[in-house]
Amino acid sequence: MSYFFKILRLNVDVRFFYFMFFILNNAFASGYEANSSDRVSKLTHLVKEDCAACHGGLLKGGLGPALEKESLVMKSDDYLVKIILNGSPGTPMPPWSQFLTEDDAKWIVKWLRHH
Amino acid sequence: MAKAPLSVIVLCILSVITGCASPNIRGTGDLGVIIERSSGSVQIVDGTDCVSLGRVTGLGDLSHASLVFSKDQRFVFVFGRDGGITKIDLLLGKVVKRVIQATNSIGGAISADGKLIAVQNYEPGGVKIFDSKSLNLISQIVAPIGATGKPSRVVGLADLPDNKFAYSLFDSNEIDIVDVKKPSDPSVTRFKNIGKSPYDALASPDGRYYIAGLYGEDGLAIVDNWNPESGARRILSGYGRGEKNLPVYKMPHLRGWSLSGELAFFPSIGHHEVIMADAHNWNQITSIKVAGQPVFVMADPSGRRVWVNFAYPDNDKVQVIDVPTRSIIATLSPGKAILHMEFTSKGDAVWLSSRDDNKVVVIDTSSLKVINELSAESPSGIFFSWRSSRIGM
Repeated sequence: MSYFFKILRLNVDVRFFYFMFFILNNAFASGYEANSSDRVSKLTHLVKEDCAACHGGLLKGGLGPALEKESLVMKSDDYLVKIILNGSPGTPMPPWSQFLTEDDAKWIVKWLRHH
Repeated sequence: MAKAPLSVIVLCILSVITGCASPNIRGTGDLGVIIERSSGSVQIVDGTDCVSLGRVTGLGDLSHASLVFSKDQRFVFVFGRDGGITKIDLLLGKVVKRVIQATNSIGGAISADGKLIAVQNYEPGGVKIFDSKSLNLISQIVAPIGATGKPSRVVGLADLPDNKFAYSLFDSNEIDIVDVKKPSDPSVTRFKNIGKSPYDALASPDGRYYIAGLYGEDGLAIVDNWNPESGARRILSGYGRGEKNLPVYKMPHLRGWSLSGELAFFPSIGHHEVIMADAHNWNQITSIKVAGQPVFVMADPSGRRVWVNFAYPDNDKVQVIDVPTRSIIATLSPGKAILHMEFTSKGDAVWLSSRDDNKVVVIDTSSLKVINELSAESPSGIFFSWRSSRIGM
């Protein structure tokens, strides 16, 4: 490691800065991860059980639209993530941002498209 | 000793064999059915001894399901999300007939004379009428075109006296009443512009009133079937009183248990409140703050208490309102994701489904203590046979 820094001709202060940046970045990134098995289990359960209240148990729609893969083809990931987090005013779709992070919403969209 | 004639021996053998095939001799008055939503099955239960009598499988998509009892309480008609209607013999514990009549369905009802089954469909939007013995399709009513450009989704179907059914149209803001005295030629009376987005509805226990809850505004719409010429009118308009609307993570469900004697109890939409109203003039008496978005607001058979369960994220709680004091007397946590509650016929106990604990909990309504639990796979609706004698259930 010391050889590496020597090659870069970095002084001690900067090396310390980069070291701390590396540590802190990883610490905040893993408060939880959207793809940890526990979180995956909770998100899957949420979609299959609670989203199903309006979108149907097989996601074929109800008071809410169908969420089958074919129904989502023309809708972008960004659009769907935004709807999940912020809801759709004027419709029964509520905002889920108090329960889900953006990473969660992205995972749900991915699951809906590929499960 | 004389030998028994061959004919007698044959008769004895035959009577044993036929005896084995007969249903158990038991009453049907305390039978119940529990929907198991993830396994496409139901359990038949004895509501007195709190035991399961067996499971019936092969009912398709029951992620949302409801059922009605035949007039004689021998059969149930289960309406599944996938458009299936399954007729089950409760004493034999088996499916006797199953049809698929739509691609997305939400429930059904049985006529006053018990001879007709009506089903309400999201897709294709409309109502279909079937013979309750054979499940043969007799007629169908296509819903008016709604805001989606397709026939409107039908919600809130309930039977009324005189062989009529009432239902609401989510996408076209309408209440329709269909007369099926000539089932092959149903006659529809339409009440238009009744309010924004009716999401469910109830018939009063005497069948006089049909009341639709509105999603798109604070209020409900009511039709007086004794005076239909007066049309539909709004009641409890603006019950939110300008309070900020909270998000709704599951729609409330309305049935006749909202009404008890002179009082009515309705779930508020977007407010964590139960609205208490006068069931004669429909004026609001008060609102009672509760733990979350109410889903089921059910007066017990005595009318003394009202039980409330809630939408996500508060669906682990159940609250009990004391009607005389208009106060919450208990907040219970019987299990995770309490989806449905059902009283026994005279209200000595209430059965609750805990979807995420895979159990049904039986609570004594006097002591509010859990007195029994039954295993069930992801249970939702619980239905007891007393419903066969109730209008609108």
